[in-house]
Amino acid sequence: MLTLAHFLTLGAILFCLSVAGIFLNRKNVIILLMCIELMLLAVNMNFVAFSRFLDNLDGQVFVFFILTVAAAEAAIGLAILVVLFRNRGTINVSELDDLKG
Amino acid sequence: MGLKSILLLIPLLPLAGAVISGLGRNQVGRAGAHWVTILAVAASCALSFRILMMHLGGEIGVENISVYTWMISDGIQFEMGFLVDHLTSLMMCVVTFVSLMVHIYTIGYMHDDPGYQRFFSYINLFTFSMLMLVMANNFLQLFFGWEAVGLVSYLLIGFWFKKESAIFANLKAFLVNRVGDFGFLLGIAAILITFGSLDYATVFQAAPSMSGETISVIGGTEWSLMTFICVCLFIGAMGKSAQAPLHVWLPDSMEGPTPISALIHAATMVTAGIFMVARMSPLFELSDAALSFVMLIGAFTALAMGMIGIVQNDIKRVVAYSTLSQLGYMTVALGVSAYSAAIFHLMTHAFFKALLFLGAGSVIIALHHQQDIRHMGGLRKHMPVTWITAWVGTLALVGFPFFAGFYSKDAIIEAVGFSHRWGSGVAYIAVLLGVLITALYSFRLLYLVFHGKQRFEVVDAHDKHQHDDQLPDGQLDHAPKESPLVVTIPLVLLAIPSVLIGWYTIEPVLFGGWMDDSIRVLEKNDVLAELAHHYNGATAMALHAIQTPPFWLMITGFVIATVIYRFRPAVADSVRRRVPVLYRLLENKYYFDELYQKTFANGTLKLGQGLWQRADAGLIDGLLVNGSAKAVNWMAARVRKWQTGYLYDYAFAMILGLIAILGVWVVMY
Repeated sequence: MLTLAHFLTLGAILFCLSVAGIFLNRKNVIILLMCIELMLLAVNMNFVAFSRFLDNLDGQVFVFFILTVAAAEAAIGLAILVVLFRNRGTINVSELDDLKG
Repeated sequence: MGLKSILLLIPLLPLAGAVISGLGRNQVGRAGAHWVTILAVAASCALSFRILMMHLGGEIGVENISVYTWMISDGIQFEMGFLVDHLTSLMMCVVTFVSLMVHIYTIGYMHDDPGYQRFFSYINLFTFSMLMLVMANNFLQLFFGWEAVGLVSYLLIGFWFKKESAIFANLKAFLVNRVGDFGFLLGIAAILITFGSLDYATVFQAAPSMSGETISVIGGTEWSLMTFICVCLFIGAMGKSAQAPLHVWLPDSMEGPTPISALIHAATMVTAGIFMVARMSPLFELSDAALSFVMLIGAFTALAMGMIGIVQNDIKRVVAYSTLSQLGYMTVALGVSAYSAAIFHLMTHAFFKALLFLGAGSVIIALHHQQDIRHMGGLRKHMPVTWITAWVGTLALVGFPFFAGFYSKDAIIEAVGFSHRWGSGVAYIAVLLGVLITALYSFRLLYLVFHGKQRFEVVDAHDKHQHDDQLPDGQLDHAPKESPLVVTIPLVLLAIPSVLIGWYTIEPVLFGGWMDDSIRVLEKNDVLAELAHHYNGATAMALHAIQTPPFWLMITGFVIATVIYRFRPAVADSVRRRVPVLYRLLENKYYFDELYQKTFANGTLKLGQGLWQRADAGLIDGLLVNGSAKAVNWMAARVRKWQTGYLYDYAFAMILGLIAILGVWVVMY
């Protein structure tokens, strides 16, 4: 029998994977974007799980919104990435340190 | 024309002249400038004499006219107004007449100067300021005039502002006068606190009731209020009238052009202090201590400054020290309550000292700005008018019977002799010896300049390119000649009163009660009344002089000067060698300048440097301004290490922050 705990654990694992991806990744900005998407999916997983187990559809409505926003965000992120690559000639994260004080 | 409009016109005409010739100097041109200013002063002079005539004819008495209320603050009225009594009208005539003479003379003296219009503008402004001072009916306006004449004096001493020594001299005059003005202002403030009014009439009315009051100035010491006020006011007079030890600026003021030395630094402005004390006689009479102080300062100045005059070699400086000495005489007269005698001497002195200065200026023009009397001599033949008028001025200065100076100076000496004030014995000896000294330096000057061999060469200037200034000392490119009419006419016009005015006016001014409406003397102090007992007319006074010590002291001085400087010049050198200490003391003017330079001037410079380096550069700039910037910089240098620029570091920081907030939230709730 699958309980709420299983779903939440899955969400937590997905979330931790994505956080680890953000920190450990030193190479590619695209992987960074993918990790962010994964983070949002982990959140979605929690929403859906709670919605199912509490018999409340509000959570699933949220998930639709988040998916839409995530799609838009991915589009914008990729567009920025293209411009970034055109300007800098690289998408290597360890070289993108313009904010360094 | 009403009295008020006449009184307004008298100071305002010169002001208008100053503005026109000063601001519109390019429009009016050189001739325009001197016409405008001379006409203004001439009109002002004529109106002043009209006022004097009205007083003589009894048409007006003491007129206290308020013109305009400037402001009322906390119940105290600040007004502009005129107090016209006999003292004022006399001063107005002296000021405007001497000023007019100097204006005319200036046409000749400043003929080639590029600052011609500026000069006329300044002396007209001076006339305005001085008239405001003498016509004031309240302390505020007095102070305004006081400072305004000081300003013009500053501007004129530094008239040749490219000359290093002139800049030094005008700064010195300004700073020394600030010391006096500080005292003056304290005096006025004390009057304002005590009487709650700045109006002369109110203050003088209330003064007798305050004579017993005391004031605690520093600590718990109680001072007599009147003594405090009078000493403070007199410190102001010491600055303006160059009494020791605040006299140091006057000899240096000779850096300015000669006409202003005559007008400002001999005849009028420096007598403002004398005038002020005479005007304040209702206050000074209430304090014997202050009057003793005034008298002793005056006596010291009269004798000590005259002695310096004997060893000076600059023609203008000799006359300047003579001025100091004569101002000392006036101050002594104030100190023994002979205020009328002080004003009388002020008036006669204004004429003959202006004459002597303008004569010196005439010599200076003839010798192309040579001022050293060691390079003069024998000018008698070349400039007869200057020579004769200089003799007249000198005889008036030394107090030769029948000349103006005789009456005024003799009256002062007699008054000091009659006085019972504490210290008057010393003052009497000082003023008597002063007569000898005066004769000595005056005749020395006369002989060295006009008589004897001529100690300059006339070199034929074949080379026309060589300019006068490039000739060495003691050489001229053509023989000196008499100055033009604009110079000699004022000399003659001043020589006339230098002879006559004493004989003519001693009776009304000193004994006829002319000043009774302006000067208040307590009965116990009234030395002039005592003097009046012995007075049998001006002619008798002059004839009687032959039996008095001042006359014989003057003759002694004359004989010594004649022997030494006319016939045996070697004696002077041998005397100099015999008493080198005294000579050096006099030569260095008692080391007053060195003392002030070392202590006050250098002390202030050091203090300023210390404040600049420690307080300003060190504390404010170093610690506070740059220090806080450095602190921010130091902090930033450390904090910036956290800004790696890597996205994951920022994200990590966000996570940490989130965990921290959540942690706090969990613990709290």
